[in-house]
This record gives sequence, structure tokens and C-alpha cells, in this order.
Amino acid sequence: MTALVSIQTVSHAFGPTRVLSGVSLDIDPGSYTVLLGPSGSGKTTLLSILGGFLQPTEGRVLIKGEDCTVMAPAKRPTATVFQDYALFPHMTIGSNVGFGLRMKGIAKAERDARARDMLSLVGLADAFGKKPHQLSGGQRQRVALARALVVAPAVLLLDEPLGALDLKLRRQMQDELKAIQKRVGTAFVHVTHDQEEAMALADHVVVMNHGRIEDEGPPEQVYGRPATRFSATFMGESTVLPARGLAGGKVETALGTFAADHDSVGSDLHVAIRPEHIHIGGPVTAKVTDVIYQGSFKRVTAVPVADPSLLLLARLQANTAVAPGDEIALGFDAAHLIVLKD
Amino acid sequence: MSAASHTRTGWASVTPALLWTLVFFAVPFLAMAIASVYPKGGGGFSLSNYIQFFTNPAYWRALTNSLEVTLLVTVISILLAYPFAWILAFIVPERWQRLALMLAVLPFWTSYVVRSYSWLLVLAEKGVINGALTGSGLLSDPVQLANTRTATVIGFVHFFVMLLTLTIYANLKQLSPNYRKAAADLGASPLQTFIHVILPLTLPGIMVGAFLTFVLAIGDYITPQILDGNNELLMPQLIMMQIGRRGDFASASALSIILMAVVTIAYLASARWLKIERA
Amino acid sequence: MVRVLSSLYALLIYGFIFLPVTVLMLFSFQGTLFPIPPFNGPSLRWYSAVLTDARLTSGLVNSILVALSTSAMATLLGFLSAWGFARFHLPASAVLRGFITLPLTVSYLIIGMGLLIFFNWAHVPKSLMAAGIGHVVINLPLCFAIIYSQMGEHQANIERAARDLGAKDWQVLTLVTAPMLWPALFAAFFLSMTFSWDEFVIAFLLTRFDTTLPVEIWNLLRAGLNPKTNAVGSLVFGVSIVLAVVFELVAFRKRPQ
Repeated sequence: MTALVSIQTVSHAFGPTRVLSGVSLDIDPGSYTVLLGPSGSGKTTLLSILGGFLQPTEGRVLIKGEDCTVMAPAKRPTATVFQDYALFPHMTIGSNVGFGLRMKGIAKAERDARARDMLSLVGLADAFGKKPHQLSGGQRQRVALARALVVAPAVLLLDEPLGALDLKLRRQMQDELKAIQKRVGTAFVHVTHDQEEAMALADHVVVMNHGRIEDEGPPEQVYGRPATRFSATFMGESTVLPARGLAGGKVETALGTFAADHDSVGSDLHVAIRPEHIHIGGPVTAKVTDVIYQGSFKRVTAVPVADPSLLLLARLQANTAVAPGDEIALGFDAAHLIVLKD
Repeated sequence: MSAASHTRTGWASVTPALLWTLVFFAVPFLAMAIASVYPKGGGGFSLSNYIQFFTNPAYWRALTNSLEVTLLVTVISILLAYPFAWILAFIVPERWQRLALMLAVLPFWTSYVVRSYSWLLVLAEKGVINGALTGSGLLSDPVQLANTRTATVIGFVHFFVMLLTLTIYANLKQLSPNYRKAAADLGASPLQTFIHVILPLTLPGIMVGAFLTFVLAIGDYITPQILDGNNELLMPQLIMMQIGRRGDFASASALSIILMAVVTIAYLASARWLKIERA
Repeated sequence: MVRVLSSLYALLIYGFIFLPVTVLMLFSFQGTLFPIPPFNGPSLRWYSAVLTDARLTSGLVNSILVALSTSAMATLLGFLSAWGFARFHLPASAVLRGFITLPLTVSYLIIGMGLLIFFNWAHVPKSLMAAGIGHVVINLPLCFAIIYSQMGEHQANIERAARDLGAKDWQVLTLVTAPMLWPALFAAFFLSMTFSWDEFVIAFLLTRFDTTLPVEIWNLLRAGLNPKTNAVGSLVFGVSIVLAVVFELVAFRKRPQ
């Protein structure tokens, strides 16, 4: 199927600073794409380019097959939910939501009807006559969503929409966002720096760093088989070990030699292992440096006796008896070893 | 520290300012009010100074002149200042904005008296404008520009365009840039964005500026006196005339109180846009 | 297109704003007797006339004295009252605060008139001090408003910490509060200086022989168009610019906290 949005080798620089370098990305209809990365990774810039608020210094943006690279936001089939919601404080919720329809020239009765429908969809049916300052942060967020969705954009852009909410509310809104997206079927492109949010919402995660796409794919793939070292350490924590590629599908590390697919015989590379795949009992003797109790598990860091320059990061069961200074035996299943293309 | 001495410190702290305001502002105001009802010619308590205001056409005209001039100045200044403030806030590149603002404000660092005087130089019969017009042959006779209401309006607008540019600029800058982006994103043209979003959001700020302009202009003696002193009487000049020429404090007081009443009415009319808050 | 129109409009407005000042400064260098075209010069005769004019120079000194002393007084009173209202729960606080800011809404002419009548009745003669009192009246509300708006909870906590460590009230004020609020105090003082320095009406009504610069300039104006006025105006302008530059450097140098 042809992509709904096609970003083709887009680069952008602010003066001498390169913010995006040769980014190419396809967005499918009905998908939930999350652009994930730390500050400065270029994710917000990419979103602004998609929305038409910035024009890339190089590259093209095609939406529904049409070249929209220099098209103004007003003409593009996109709608944006801003980080601070940008609800017009002097208008009622109903007028806010109906604003885009009014700009299209739709009559008041029809506008109000559609606005009411959309507000019901986001769970704010009786907010129509209120003003933004009368609503809570979470409610305003939903109004911003309604306002953007009511103009039936081809793709909805969300700029860190849940950043201002507390943890519990954020989790709740994540569920609602996912549900709403499924219901309206519009493609969502959502920018965040929170990898848990990304995994909860996305069917397509795009990991960005320093203006490039480091990794992309369904959450299970990006988490379970991260492509690069950055991706492995940004999408959740990992133990990263230096290794050497051997012939016959094996890698050699300070902790032993394991079977793993790789394509760099004789050269140095890195392998990673997720904390939940390290368990008590195994060939590696390590001295515990820190134990942090997290309720459902214990986060344990330990230094291998065989090579004190390494640091192992394990997620152990909450009732494990372990304290800093203990020497414990750790092991892991080589099947979960991730070879990183750095 | 006991609660009592605590409050005592509080009172000790605020009393000097309160006392000063009481003795040098409230009491003089009271003195003025009292003086206004004991007319100069003697005869005890009388409202004749106030009645005289309403019955003497020259006096009444001073008020209507003042209101006309002030309203004209307010409207023209806002119409000129708003686009200028917009250009400074949104079109001039960010790093030049402070400089552009400072440049706009710079000429007002001359003394207010001197600033008004310098308009006289420009508008006088032998002044710069007439000199250029007659010198270049465009006109044979000089045009009467100084000593007209036009001169006063020009002199005032010159000052208030600067003032309003500052206040409107501050107002525009403090709007989240996302409002304009959101409006554009939803299909609004720049004009529609202005009419439906920016203008309503800046209206309170404009009203505050308009009120400020009104109050400052209607009570200003200097500009009208320099630029139109021999021609038209405005309220401040009328008041000063009572003191200077006639030594009639009673009449001057009554006129001052009437002027204050006019300003108070203006304040009540625009009250919902004006409030002073603490950080 | 928008950019072209904007630039044109901006240029027109800048032109309008700068026109009188440019004319003023140009003709301050006039060689002949009248500050009107044609321009014969440049000549410094009017500047030397200004600097040798005893009344103008004394007016200048008086203006500076009045501005400094009244600004200091207004800032002090404003600071003390702002602190008092912000830190203590005083009855009728809102009303009293409104009272202090009331003079802001009254025209200088009327404030001056009231004081003239009051002093006349109290047999207080016209003098620089009388004008100075009036200047404090107009500047006190401003100082109060500026400083009060900067007194937030965050500073209150720092003061509590100081008291917790044993400081008495006056020590807290002088060693902790005032230094913390230094930008607001500076802004209040500077703004008061600006308003006092240039103030005409109150000085005109309340002084007699010794008077401030704006009044002396006014007296000059009575004599008609005179390049001397241009010269003194340009001088005042120059000094104001220097002060503005100083303010810029001080206020913005101290910014990083």
C-alpha cells in the first residue's frame, strides 16, 4: 500500500546548526507512529516540517501523493495538537473546536453539531459552553485533540501532548489516545521523549538521535532487537558488553563465548542484554554495587569479578535477598543476546 | 516573636507611605474641594463655581474641546501604533527587536517641554515644513500649521504613538506563538487569524493603553499651550488661567474637580480591563 | 509583498518619530539668530550661551538634586510599605494599598493644584522642597507598585530562613530583603528619576525663584523661537541617552543569577 505520508531525505539546519540529516520515513494510513528521542534529536523539528511550520532546507514531504514541502499549514491536510494546547482563551470550548470548520466556511448550526459530536468522542460532552480556563489540564488536552480531529485531517500531529500531565493522568490519557485513534482511524504522528509512552501507543516506533533515525519498527522489534547501541540504551536500559565477532556465528566477550548472528568476523562490536533476561544462577560471579527496590522488582547493578570494567544491570525478583557488597552468581540466556550495529 | 510586635512592625513599615499620601495627596485634595465651594468674591459657601462651569459657554467649550481632542488623539494613536507594534513584534527579526524598540523610544528622551517645542519648529510659519514647501515652489504662501488644533493633535499623537507602541508590543509578545500557529493550522488566513484570535486577545491591552492615553492627554498643559496656546482653550489651560491671571484658586479648584470627575467616568467605563495584580 | 509594505510603514513611522528631534538638533548648531530655515552653520554659539546662562545651569543642578532626593525618598517609602503589606496581614490591606496607588490616576496638574492650595493655606512658601514633596507624591505609587509586584512567596521563605538563623527585622530588611530585590529597587529609583527630572507642571506651580530645568526652559520659550532652547534641549537629550546606556549596562549586566 502506498504510504500516506512520505518524508524523503529531509534535512534541516538552523543557521550553521544541522538539526536533521537525510531523514526518510513513510507513514501508513491508520497507523500510530511515535517519534521518540532525547531533546535535540530533531523529532520536534521533523514534526514542524510535517505540519508546515518549517520548510526543510533539503528534501521533500509528500502527503497523499502530493508534494507539500512548501505548502502552508492552512492548506495542508494535517492538524496539530500543540504542547501547550493553544486553546483560544477568549472563545468557548464549542467555538474553539468549531474554529477550523468556521475557517472552511461551514455554517454555524453544522459547526456546532460536529463540534458536539467530537466533544462526545473525547468524553467532554458537557463542556461545549465553558471557557478553557474552567477546565483542567487533561480536559484542555482533550479539547485540543477534538479541535484538531474535527477538521478530518489526513494525519494528526501531536507535539509531546502528555508532557504537562502527572503520571497517573498520563497513563489514562495514553489509553484514551490509543482508543480514539482506533475509533477515528486517522494516522497519528506523536512526538515524545518517554520510551514507555512510545511502546504503549505506537504500532511504529521511530527512534531518533542527533537528527537521524537510529532505529524504527514495531515496539517489540525496537525493544527486543534494537539496531544500534543508542537504541538499546534509550529504549529501556541494557547491559552493554564489548565483544569480538568470530567465525561460525559466535561472539566472544569477557564473560564467555556465545552463539549469535553477526556479520563482522574478526572485528569489534557490542552486544547488549536486557535486565529482565539476567537471572540469579549462572557462570558469572559478580559483586553487587547497588540495589534499588522498585516495588515489583529490584534493580541490581553488579561488577563481574572476571572483568571489573564492565557493569551488569539486572532486574531481579522483588523478594531476592541481595545487598550491596554481596557476591552473587548471574547468568543469562544467550538467545536474548542482542548484537548491536553501532 | 509575638504576634503583636509582628503586626506592630508591619504597621510601622507601611505608615510612612500612608502618612505621606494622606498629608500631601488626600488633604490637599480635600483643601481643593473646600476651596472650590468658597468663591473668590467672598460670600461663604456657594456652588457658584460649579454652576458657572455649566452656564458659561467658554468654560463648557473648554471641556468639549478637551474631549474632542483627546478622543481624536487616542483613536489616531492606536491606529498608527498597532501596526507598528505588530511589525516590531512579528516581522522584525528577534535579535533586532530590542534595538528597534529603543530606537523608537529614543527621541522621547528629550524633555517633554522641549519635544513639544520642537514640533513648533517644524510646524511654524517659517518653520521646516513651510520652508520646504515654499522653498521648493510647491506653495507660494506658507500654510497655517502651528497654532491650530491640528498642531496639538500632531504633538500629542507623536508622544502617544510611542507609548502605545510599547504597551501593544509587550502585549503582542506575551501571546503564545502557538495561537497563531494553531489558527493557521486550522485553515485561517493571516487576516482571519488577526480578526478572530489576535485582536480579541489584545483588546484588553489596547483598552488599558487607550485609558492611559486619555488620562494623560486630557490633563496635559504643555503640548496644547505650546502648539495652540493662542487659539483654542482646553481644560488644563483654563485651569491654569484661573491661577495665573486671576489668582482665583476657588474657580481653579472647581474646574480641577470637574476634570477629575471626567477621568473617573472614563475609568469606570473601562474598569473591567484595568486591574493591578501581585506576582 | 507584506515585507515591503511593512518596511515602508515602519520607515514612515520612524520618520515621524525622529522628525522634530532631528530639526531640534540641527538648528541647535544654527549660526544666525533664529532656529528656522535656512540653516547657517554649524556654530557652537548657542551651546556656549547655554553653558554660560546662570539660570539654566542652576536649573540643571536643581533638577538633579530634586530628582535624586525625591527618588530616594519615594523608593524608600515604597519599599517599606510594599514589604509591610506583603509580609504582614494588615486589616483593610487592599483598601490601603489602593489608597497608596491612587495618585497614579490623578493628573499632575491636579496634584500640583491641590498642593498649591494646601501650602498656601498652611503658609508654606513656594520652593524646590515644595516641588520635591509633589514629586514624591507622584512617584511613590509607582515605586510601591513595582516593588510590591516583585515580593513573592519565594522571597518570604528566604526571609523566614534569615529570621530562623537569628536576624532581627531591621537586619532582615537591610541585609536580606533589600539586596534580593535590588533590580526592582533600581527600576523604581530609575523610573522616579526619569519622571522627576522631566516633570514640569508641579515644579511650575510650586517653585518661585529657584526652579528646575524644565521650568527654566519654559521661561526661555516665552521669548519665542530661540536656538538657545534647541541647544539646551539637545544637551538634555544627550545626557538622557548617556543615562539610558548606563541603565542598560547595569540592568543587563547583572542579569545572570
